Amino acid sequence: MAEPLLQLKKICKSFPGVKALDEVDFSIQEGEVVGLLGENGAGKSTLVKIISGVYMPDSGDMIWYGNRFSLKSIMDAQEKGIAIIFQELNNCPNLSALENLFLGREIRSKTGVVNFRAMKKKAEEIFSYLDVQIPLTTPVGKLSVALQQMVEIGKALLTKAKLIIMDEPTSSLTDKESRKLFQIIKELKAKNISVIFISHKLEEVFDVTDRIIVLRDGRRVGELETRSATRDSLVSLMVGREIQSFFSSRSKTAGTEVLLKVENFSGPPNVSGVNFELHRGEILGFAGLIGAGRTELALLLFGAEQKTSGRMFLQGKEVHIRSPWQAIEHGIAYLSEDRKIKSLILPMTVQENITMSIHSALSGFFGVLNKKKEREIADSFVRLLEIKTSGLDQVVNNLSGGNQQKVVIAKWLATTPSILILDEPTRGIDVHAKAEIHKLITDLADKGTSIILISSELPEIVALSDRVLVMHEGRVCRVLDKAEISQENIMGAVFSG
Amino acid sequence: MAQEQKSLIARFFSYRESAIFLALILLMISVTIFAPNFISGSNLYLVSRQISFVAIVGFGELFVILTGGIDLSVGSIMGLSGVISALAMAGQQPIWLSVLLGLFTGLACGLLNGVLISYVRIAPFIVTLGMQSFARGVILIITKGWPVTNIPKPFLIVGQEDFLALPIPLWVTIFLGVIAHFVLSKTTFGRRTYAIGGNEQATFLSGINVKKIKVFLYMISGFMAAVVGIILVARFNSAQADTGTGWELDAIAAAVIGGTSLSGGSGSILGVIIGAAIMGVIRNGLVLMRVSAYWQTAVIGVIIVLAAVLDRIKNK
Repeated sequence: MAEPLLQLKKICKSFPGVKALDEVDFSIQEGEVVGLLGENGAGKSTLVKIISGVYMPDSGDMIWYGNRFSLKSIMDAQEKGIAIIFQELNNCPNLSALENLFLGREIRSKTGVVNFRAMKKKAEEIFSYLDVQIPLTTPVGKLSVALQQMVEIGKALLTKAKLIIMDEPTSSLTDKESRKLFQIIKELKAKNISVIFISHKLEEVFDVTDRIIVLRDGRRVGELETRSATRDSLVSLMVGREIQSFFSSRSKTAGTEVLLKVENFSGPPNVSGVNFELHRGEILGFAGLIGAGRTELALLLFGAEQKTSGRMFLQGKEVHIRSPWQAIEHGIAYLSEDRKIKSLILPMTVQENITMSIHSALSGFFGVLNKKKEREIADSFVRLLEIKTSGLDQVVNNLSGGNQQKVVIAKWLATTPSILILDEPTRGIDVHAKAEIHKLITDLADKGTSIILISSELPEIVALSDRVLVMHEGRVCRVLDKAEISQENIMGAVFSG
Repeated sequence: MAQEQKSLIARFFSYRESAIFLALILLMISVTIFAPNFISGSNLYLVSRQISFVAIVGFGELFVILTGGIDLSVGSIMGLSGVISALAMAGQQPIWLSVLLGLFTGLACGLLNGVLISYVRIAPFIVTLGMQSFARGVILIITKGWPVTNIPKPFLIVGQEDFLALPIPLWVTIFLGVIAHFVLSKTTFGRRTYAIGGNEQATFLSGINVKKIKVFLYMISGFMAAVVGIILVARFNSAQADTGTGWELDAIAAAVIGGTSLSGGSGSILGVIIGAAIMGVIRNGLVLMRVSAYWQTAVIGVIIVLAAVLDRIKNK
C-alpha cells in the first residue's frame, strides 16, 4: 500500500469532564473517500476539528506524507492543503459568491487594487469544473444551501486542497442536490483529492465512500471496507448493540374524523392554493424538495407568517390564526426545522426551555411564576422522554443534539397540542435518539394527536406516515394513501411536479 | 465547621456578581487607605445619593439591554420629564399631578421608542439616538435654555432630605431595585425578557408576543429615567435644560461593569447597583485624592473596558 496522505496515531483529546477522543488511529490515502460514522457525541466532530487545526490534540502523532506535523490554526491547515466545510456553513452571507470565494486571497493588481476581472475568470473556471451555475454577484446568503456549499468546495479547490473534510454536508440538501454533491465527490476523487465524509445517513455513506471508520464514545470501534459493510453491521457498531427494527411502524390506523381542514391556503413566499385534511390521530407526511413550500406552509398554519388567502377549520369550525400564541391556544404546535436558531434558547436551562410555551398556565397574580409547579412539569418530561442531562438547571447548549431535540419536543408536548407539526424532527441527531423519537411520534398518534411530519428523509416519511402529501413549488401535487406510499412513488411525484 | 465555611465560600462564588462585589470592596478599602475621609459618614451619604441616581437609570437600561437592545435616550428623557414636572409645579399644579405628568412623559417617550423599534422595525440604536436629540430639542424649545424655578418647598424633601438617616433617593433605589429584581427573576415577563435576549426568533416561535414585550421594556426604561429626572428637580431646586446630558453612557456603563452582556440574555439588578457603586466610588475617591476632574473621565473609560475584558476572560 502506498504511503498514506494523512495518518493519525493514538490521538487523545479531553474537554473539562469528557474524554472526547481516546487513542484514536486514523489514516487516509490520496484520492480516497473515508466515511466517519458515529452517534452524536462519538467524537467525529472533535476528530475533524483536530485534523483541520481548530483544536490541538492532547497527545498523539499526526503524519502528513510521512512527516510528523502539528497545526496551530485553520490557516495552518489550509496552507498544508486541508480544507473543512462545516455543517453550519462558514461564509459571509452579505458578500457575493465571488467575494466569498476569494476572501483573504483576493487577486490584486500591482497597485494593490482588487482585480475583479481576473478573479471572475478564475471563479468561472472553478464553477464550470464543478458543473454548477452560480450567480457571481448575488449575496451568498440568498443562494440555496446547496449552492453555498458549492462555493465552499470551490474555495477548497482554489486553495489547492489535498484533503477536504465535509461535516454532514447533506443535512440540509434535497435528494437531488445530494446526488449532485456525490457526483462532485467522485470527480474530486478522480483528481486524487481525498475526502473525509461525515453523515448520519447510511445510504449516502454506502454511496460515496471507499472505507468507513466508526467511532463510539471517543474510541475507534471499527473499520470496514464499504464493499463489505452492511447496514446492520454499521448500526450495531455505532450503537454497540443490535437494534431490533430501525424504524418503528404504526400499530393502529388513523381515525377518519377530520380534525383540521385547510382550504386554498396561499402566502409568502410561494405557497399557493393548498388544500388538505388532517384526521385525528393521523400522521400526515409532507414530502418535497427544499423550497417546495413545506416549511413555509407550516409557518402560515402556525401564524408565524401571514397568509394572503385561505381558510382553516378546526373540527368544522373556522378559526383565524394570526400569531403563534393564537395557534397554541387552538392546540397547534410547531417544532421548527432548526433547533439551535429557531427552537431553543441555548443559554437558558432545560427547565426554562421546556416551559417556554406554557407560561400562562404556570403563572398567577401579576405573572408570578409558580416555580415548584414548573419544576414538576419539566421533571416529568425529562423522565418521560429520557432526556440525558445532569439536571433541570443544565444549560441546553451543553446537551447533545438528540437531547436538545427532545427538550424541544418536551416544550411542545407540554402545551398538550391536538395538532403537532414536526419539521425535520430528526435532522442531525444520532441513530439511537432518532429511533426513540420515531417511537414517540407513533405513540403520540396512537393516543390521538394528529401529526404533520415534514421530512427530507424519505425512509422516515415512508415508515411513519398514514398518508403522504407531496409538494412542488408551493402546491400540493400528489396525495398518496397508505397503500401507495413507497420511496419510488414519492420520488416520482417530487420530481415530476 | 471547616467544610461548612468552604461551602459558604463556594456558594458566594457561584453568584455572577461575587467577583465585581469583591472588586468594589477592594476598591473601597484602597480609596480609604489613600483618602481616609472617604469612610466618613457625610462622604458616604453623598456618594450613596449619587450612586442612587445612576443605578435607577441603569435599572431601566438593564431591561432593554437584556433583550439585546439599547436606549440612548434616557438622559434626554430625564431632562424632559424633569422640565415637565417643574413647569407644572411652577404653574401651581398640585405636586402629585406634576410628578405624574413627569412620569407620564417618560412612559410616553419610551412607548414611542418601543413602537418604532418593535412595529416599524428600526434599529434601537437609531430610534433612541433620534429620541435623544428630539427630547433634548423639546426641552430647549420649551425652556429656551433657561432653568425652570419656583419649585414648591415641600417637594424639595424628595431630593434633599433623609429617612432613617439615609437619603431619600437611596430609598427610592432600594424600592425600585427590589421590584425590578422581583419582576426579572420571578415573573413570566422577566423570564421572557431574558429569553428574547437569548434567542429572539425562538422566543417568538414559542408563542410569545415579543413585540409587545419590547414596547413595555422601553417604557420601563423611560419610566426609570423620568423618576431620576423628577428627583433631580427637587435636588437642585430647579429644572435645568442640560440635566441628564451624557447620563445614558453612565447608565450603560453601570450595566456593563455590573456584568450585563450587551448582546443580551445576561445581567442582573444587583450587578447594575454594584456597577453604579464602582463608578461612584472611583469618581469620589479621585476627588478626595485631589486628582484632576479630567482624569476621572479617563479612568471610568478604562474601568468599563476592563470590566468587559474580565467578563470575557471569566467566560472563556
